[in-house]
Amino acid sequence: MTSATLAGLVGAALVGLGLYGLVANPQPLRKILAFNLMGSGVFLVFGIVARKGAAVGLQADPVPQAMVITGIVVAFAASALAVALVLRLFEDTGQVTLNPEAWTKPPEDGAEAG
Amino acid sequence: MSVLQALDIGLALLAFAVAAWTIFARGAFAATVGYVVYGLLLSLVWIRLFAVDVALTEAAIGSGVTGILLISAAARLRGGETAGDEKSLSGAARLFTAVLCALVALALAGVVLLLPDQGPSLAPQSMQHLPETGLGNPVTAVLIAYRSFDTMLEKVVLVLAVVGVWSLAADRYWGGAPGEARAERPEPTLAFLAQVLAPLGILVGVHIFWVGADEPGGAFQGGAILAAMWMIVMMARLTEAPQTNAFWLRLTLVAGPVVFLTAGVAGAIFAGGFFAYPPGFAKSIILFIETFMVLSIAVTLPMLVAGPPRREPRQ
Repeated sequence: MTSATLAGLVGAALVGLGLYGLVANPQPLRKILAFNLMGSGVFLVFGIVARKGAAVGLQADPVPQAMVITGIVVAFAASALAVALVLRLFEDTGQVTLNPEAWTKPPEDGAEAG
Repeated sequence: MSVLQALDIGLALLAFAVAAWTIFARGAFAATVGYVVYGLLLSLVWIRLFAVDVALTEAAIGSGVTGILLISAAARLRGGETAGDEKSLSGAARLFTAVLCALVALALAGVVLLLPDQGPSLAPQSMQHLPETGLGNPVTAVLIAYRSFDTMLEKVVLVLAVVGVWSLAADRYWGGAPGEARAERPEPTLAFLAQVLAPLGILVGVHIFWVGADEPGGAFQGGAILAAMWMIVMMARLTEAPQTNAFWLRLTLVAGPVVFLTAGVAGAIFAGGFFAYPPGFAKSIILFIETFMVLSIAVTLPMLVAGPPRREPRQ
């Protein structure tokens, strides 16, 4: 097995792992983290496409590499926006949950609603 | 089995184990710290794929800057995350999810194993036209010359993300500064680290940007390192984040995409195609665009990490 195939298999496993974390973890921050994990797995699978496209003395096809670089930056921008939303939710409600019942509940001690 | 193969397998297992830790760890803080380690391991995997440009980006942005973002968010959310209102999945649902996710992973693994040994490749075309761009690094050529429209739009995405983050500010803070104020007496260890690291880091960042024309490196990687240096100085509280209504800040944020788009339109007028570069001047134009992109990236990333404004604007 070449190191490229091995990296591709790691990428496949990461996608599965990230997907599980995205579905099974109830906390939004952990979901963002899992989503990033899944994304890096996708990039890795794409990376072996680059490696298999090695030609004319290059060790890897530059086009997928450039697309992965673009992807990493865009993934960061999306994560930053998501984290900002989670923090704002925390500031307004004092809790971080995606459970809609937690928001529709009347405030317990008569404090003003967020 | 050669030493290199053993290293590959060890690296793969380690990366997978740390990734599993970030998913299954109990505390969010521990998980985010694990994510930083995972990002660094992943950049080693990218080096083994001979994609050094990607490895640099993954280490700087995927691991470093995303790591700071997640760790500081986890620190701020401490105590709020276990509010008790979470609906955890039941055991059976968890098992079902795990089986489905494993199926997805297995299908992908199958695809990876079935890939032809020599896939379709654009490498010959990208090398054939490389002399016309005057660059030596084909990845930089793809980013700034062949697929420059993608890269320009990606810069626009970054600006939009900043607009989105700033829009989350409370009304009275609009235009104010994000992050914490400068400390009267900064923590000595952090201040020392920032004072020693920042000058060196700025040199390394500019160097990585400059050699990116011919060697692995480029605007993203160099810009991310410069951004990290600014973030370190801000985290040591030697300086504070600028007010978000500062004209210079907003100008620098949009400078990259604006210069890039202007060059693209100029290409349509003078070189016979949108985003075409006139022969002979390609490299100087590319470096000119990249300089402004580095500036924009170095300012955008810290602003995204700093979050929405949290203080009232000074007049």
